[in-house]
Amino acid sequence: MVKYYCCAGLLKSSWDQVCVAFWQRYPNPYSNHVLTEDIIFREVTPTNCLISRRLLTKTSRAPHWMEPYLPKQMASSAYIIEDSIVDPQKRTMTTLTWNISHARLMSVEERCKYYINPENGSCTEIKREAWISTNVYGLSRAVQEFGLRRFKNSVTKTMKGFEYVLAKMQGETPSRTLTETATERARETALAAKEKAKDLASQAQKKQYV
Amino acid sequence: MNSVGEACTDMKREYDQCFNRWFAEKFLKGDQSGDPCTESFKRYQLCVQTAIKEKDIPVDGVEFMGPNKDKPES
Repeated sequence: MVKYYCCAGLLKSSWDQVCVAFWQRYPNPYSNHVLTEDIIFREVTPTNCLISRRLLTKTSRAPHWMEPYLPKQMASSAYIIEDSIVDPQKRTMTTLTWNISHARLMSVEERCKYYINPENGSCTEIKREAWISTNVYGLSRAVQEFGLRRFKNSVTKTMKGFEYVLAKMQGETPSRTLTETATERARETALAAKEKAKDLASQAQKKQYV
Repeated sequence: MNSVGEACTDMKREYDQCFNRWFAEKFLKGDQSGDPCTESFKRYQLCVQTAIKEKDIPVDGVEFMGPNKDKPES
């Protein structure tokens, strides 16, 4: 079974600026989980589209309840492939991103289409679709829910990172203030604590039934 | 941003700089006069492809936009 998710996003920058920022978006203050970034294939097609493949290394932490299902010495990072097509004639950029590590455990595929906002030519619309699936027998629902939660979380970070890079490119001081940084940190800590509490609760519950 | 091959990061930066300029100033503007970054790209690729082999990163045989094929067009 595959879980499907779709959402729209809007960036208040022109399509050209967004495309330029796309190649310069790492590092940014919201991309601490991205460890390395490489272009491993690139070509201009006869129809004058730019096709590229980017290889990313990201940190990947699994929740505690998944640990019994994971190999003992699982790498703490994951490799991600991101293929893209930039079509300067149609003014569209399409990306397809998926993990090539731990894919049996959980596979997340994301397709994004970036195009000029039909109502406001100086904004860029993003249509984002994701497919989340797992081969772990008996856990598919839990893994999918976890995958979706994490995916949504990473979409927020991606958008914030994009806005940050765009603002910087346009010579503005990015709007991320110290207060915002502190709030973000606090929220992340709270979230981590909540996850931990949930784990403990479910472990306690399991023990009760043994 | 760092390259997956520690030794390739400087080559990557040099290439990125060349590419970003060409992409913004020529490619997006419809100028088809060709990519001036091929030399730095070749150097960088030689390095990064070696690193990928050394680290056994499974990128071989993965078709371009591979998993997209079985996705419905929407």
